[in-house]
Amino acid sequence: MIWENVLLAIASLRANKMRALLTMLGIIIGITSVIAIVTIGNAMTASVNSNLSSFGTNNITVFIREKTQRSFGGGIPFLGGGGPPQGGQIRGSGNSSRPEDSDLISLSMINKLKEEFPNNITGVALTNSVGSATVKDGEKYANVSISGTNPDYLLSSNMNILQGRYLNQNDMNNYRNVAVVSDRLVKSIFPNGADPISQQIKVYKTNTIEIYTIVGVYKYETSSMQVSTVSEEDVSTNLYIPVTTSKLGASQQNYSSITVVAKGDSSSIINFTTQLQTYFDEVYKNNKLWGPRVNSLETQLSSIMDVLNSIKLAIAFIAGISLLVGGIGVMNIMLVSVTERTREIGTRKALGAKNFHIRFQFITEAAIISGVGGIIGIILGTTVGAVVSVVLKAPVTVSVLVTLGSVIFSMAIGVFFGYYPANKAAKLDPIEALRYE
Amino acid sequence: MIEISNLIKKYYVGMPNELTILKDISLSIQEGQFISVVGASGSGKSTLMNIIGALDRPTSGTYVLDGIPIQEMTENELSEVRNKKIGFVFQTFNLIPRTTALNNVELPLFYMGVGKSERRKKAEELLELVGMGDRMTHMPNELSGGQKQRVAIARALANDPAIILADEPTGALDSQTGKLVMDIFLKIHREEHRTIVLITHNPELAEQTERIVTLSDGRIIGDRLNHSQKTEVGVRA
Repeated sequence: MIWENVLLAIASLRANKMRALLTMLGIIIGITSVIAIVTIGNAMTASVNSNLSSFGTNNITVFIREKTQRSFGGGIPFLGGGGPPQGGQIRGSGNSSRPEDSDLISLSMINKLKEEFPNNITGVALTNSVGSATVKDGEKYANVSISGTNPDYLLSSNMNILQGRYLNQNDMNNYRNVAVVSDRLVKSIFPNGADPISQQIKVYKTNTIEIYTIVGVYKYETSSMQVSTVSEEDVSTNLYIPVTTSKLGASQQNYSSITVVAKGDSSSIINFTTQLQTYFDEVYKNNKLWGPRVNSLETQLSSIMDVLNSIKLAIAFIAGISLLVGGIGVMNIMLVSVTERTREIGTRKALGAKNFHIRFQFITEAAIISGVGGIIGIILGTTVGAVVSVVLKAPVTVSVLVTLGSVIFSMAIGVFFGYYPANKAAKLDPIEALRYE
Repeated sequence: MIEISNLIKKYYVGMPNELTILKDISLSIQEGQFISVVGASGSGKSTLMNIIGALDRPTSGTYVLDGIPIQEMTENELSEVRNKKIGFVFQTFNLIPRTTALNNVELPLFYMGVGKSERRKKAEELLELVGMGDRMTHMPNELSGGQKQRVAIARALANDPAIILADEPTGALDSQTGKLVMDIFLKIHREEHRTIVLITHNPELAEQTERIVTLSDGRIIGDRLNHSQKTEVGVRA
């Protein structure tokens, strides 16, 4: 019965091919835009995700900052805890204050942290930015920024070691003057292709010249998000030295920020980020002026994703409106069809069709128009989405849920907008209908 | 077969323009009778046909068809009565457009819930019976008026109805074709003993039936058996 009704509906649609097609067009456009937008949106999300992931989503940054900034957006000077100002600690107001070494994260704190969360932490990367310098060898030169790092720094970065090794604990303990340099620097300083490992380079700082021995070479990668304003040969690359060496003679031996390299998937990292914040809050609870701020790319990523998803939803909603217009088109055509076929309806009723037969017949027609339109729309939408994704160099992701949902939704539109005309047809008085010219 | 007593049909009941179309009609039709209802336009023929055809309900009075009282039925019950008991033949054929002759004939069986193969078999038999065996898969717009009406007669027979109700079945046909169609009615009456109610304003057609009921201004003014018809059929046979 249902199947025969479907056949009947198909036959009657085929009798009016052009009209059925034009009606379908409304649904096709609606579904196409919804699917295309969702597919493109997914592709963009995935693209943003993979771009940001290359920065290391396992990294959780802990940095020390003034507590007042945290509670009051940095603008209003206010003393921690809201209590009366205590003598000698009024330095907290304004931006000019600097933390004491004791306010910062010490190596013993890091060791305690590692003992506290042995299952969550892969390593703790330390960096100490020394400043920019130039490596010179006669006429040959290369700009560098010197970074003191520890061995765990390798874990926190995507650095690709081409030759030699990265800095190790031995370099750290002995304050050795060793360096890991970029392949770019090697090309500038050793243009004849000599093996750079164990070679010594002269690093010219503002006032001093230091000599380092190269122990490793990493692959220099330009970030797609960086815009270079200097000429090719003047591009500055990182030169990594042991963080202990870099802090020799410095007033501050502790760290204002550390990077915890965490284990696990994104949700467990987000959880661990909160855990770390609690942990450090506890450590710093007696410090009135300085407090920790724990941040992970993963938490930032998830908030970026939230924004992207709401944008996607908003656009999909607008596309949904075109689907609604398509649905109204279906209703319009079904109403025309009912009027046109008044006599046929009368005849069918005279031959014994009950109201539900007639209603079902017209609803089936409407559902087929919108269902077929929906399927065509899915094919077109997916194609458009895939093409745009490829153009955006993003992975093509077809959402099965959205696809299935669209078919069901378009059928539902057919039934919804077909119901009124179908009901109108079903309620026709057979005598009037038979007499209709 | 049909028992109508004191049937009254009014339109716009209770309104100032209340109109009484049928005024106290009582009519009894036996099984197997070929009866014609004649009358000028406005005499209430069509209204009577609509009521006999279970398309409409009387305002008062009773109508019993094949033992079933019709006057109190709901719309869907009326549909069922039409589907099972009545075969319609219309002046304007009323074939479903863009639907083959076969599918047209199958339609009443479709609404009855008869299976596809059985429907097809029955429809083919009936189209053979009315001499349309060679045009079963034609669309209505590919058929002449007479052919359309023959398909319509086959369709009216499909559900094996208690009565066939023919409303001016030759009204849209030329006399030659009309005669052909009339012959089919006579044939199915004679061979299948169908009860046929023919509504017409044409006295010549009425003369070919067994019984002639004359309607005027909503009342039956004449009801006579037509004995000449029997002999005529006999001569033809």
